[in-house]
Amino acid sequence: MSEQQTTPSSGPKVKKFMFVNRKAPYGTIYALESLEVVLITATFDQDVSLVFIYDGVYELVKGQQTKGIGVKNFSPSYRALEGYDVEKLYVDSASLTQRGLTEADLLVPVELLDAQQMGELMAGQDVILSF
Amino acid sequence: MKFGLLVNEGPYTHQASDSAYQFALAALAKGHTIQRVFFYHDGVNNATRLTEPPRDDRHIVNRWSALAAEHKVDLVVCVAAALRRGIKEEVLAPGFRISGLGQLVDSGIKADRLITFGD
Amino acid sequence: MLHIINKSPFQTSTLDSCLRMAQPGSAVLLIEDGVYAATVGSAAEQGLRQASTTLKVYALQPDMDARGVTSKLIDGVTLVDYGGFVDLAEKYHTSHSWL
Repeated sequence: MSEQQTTPSSGPKVKKFMFVNRKAPYGTIYALESLEVVLITATFDQDVSLVFIYDGVYELVKGQQTKGIGVKNFSPSYRALEGYDVEKLYVDSASLTQRGLTEADLLVPVELLDAQQMGELMAGQDVILSF
Repeated sequence: MKFGLLVNEGPYTHQASDSAYQFALAALAKGHTIQRVFFYHDGVNNATRLTEPPRDDRHIVNRWSALAAEHKVDLVVCVAAALRRGIKEEVLAPGFRISGLGQLVDSGIKADRLITFGD
Repeated sequence: MLHIINKSPFQTSTLDSCLRMAQPGSAVLLIEDGVYAATVGSAAEQGLRQASTTLKVYALQPDMDARGVTSKLIDGVTLVDYGGFVDLAEKYHTSHSWL
């Protein structure tokens, strides 16, 4: 596949933004703060995709109860994404399987992709943000 | 070409801020523009004027301030991440400003390339 | 696509994830602790040699020099300086820093 070379220009107004989530929730702040960027990006009417790979798949697990650790439960925000027209959520199927999880364990509808499909999806993006 | 940079980690603990700075210098030397450097997560800690690193090592915060002064690079600290970490106007080093996440998205849209430096 | 890896292959699986998904013709740039993947004799060597048959693999020389491992560079991996890093970022439409 040939690489696109772009010349410096004003560029398209709608870009494809991909947010790559590779980290589990609560152990670090990355999952929460990356979601905040997603929500803001959605208000700019950009083409937003979220991708969950490796421990990032844990961000979507149902039934998170955080009272015992005294930390705010932000998982409901994943369900609110639909209201912001952010509906493209993709999960790396190998990462899910490795962790003994299935789609039924997740709190939002997602599309499962294999490595090849994930790579193709990434290759078509304009901006990739990783946290 | 216009580059946007995202720095996700604070000074010294991770190499991210150093790598971003060296990239910025090299890009400017080649005649490119740094459209913005956006500091997020612990990256907001690059903006405090209160750091006192040992004198025989690099002063990361001052380096960024000097870059802003010399090349008019826009150094933006995310307000939400900053407030969480106690980075406020009264402790900001020269050249930095506090603003919203919209500035990061703006970089993604307006810069030709957005490079992330983090952990 | 320019894939940027900054972690040692022995610390996390970032490089593995990247190599699973990187499309032929894209580039992988190893920076910071990621440069250890570009050293001969390590458990990561095989994977990287395999990857370099379809991907262009680069390592940031200042990071290799800092870590004292430049002399152990795997042949087939190209060294670049920060200027070269900028050139790669310019050449490829999108960069993905695997964090």
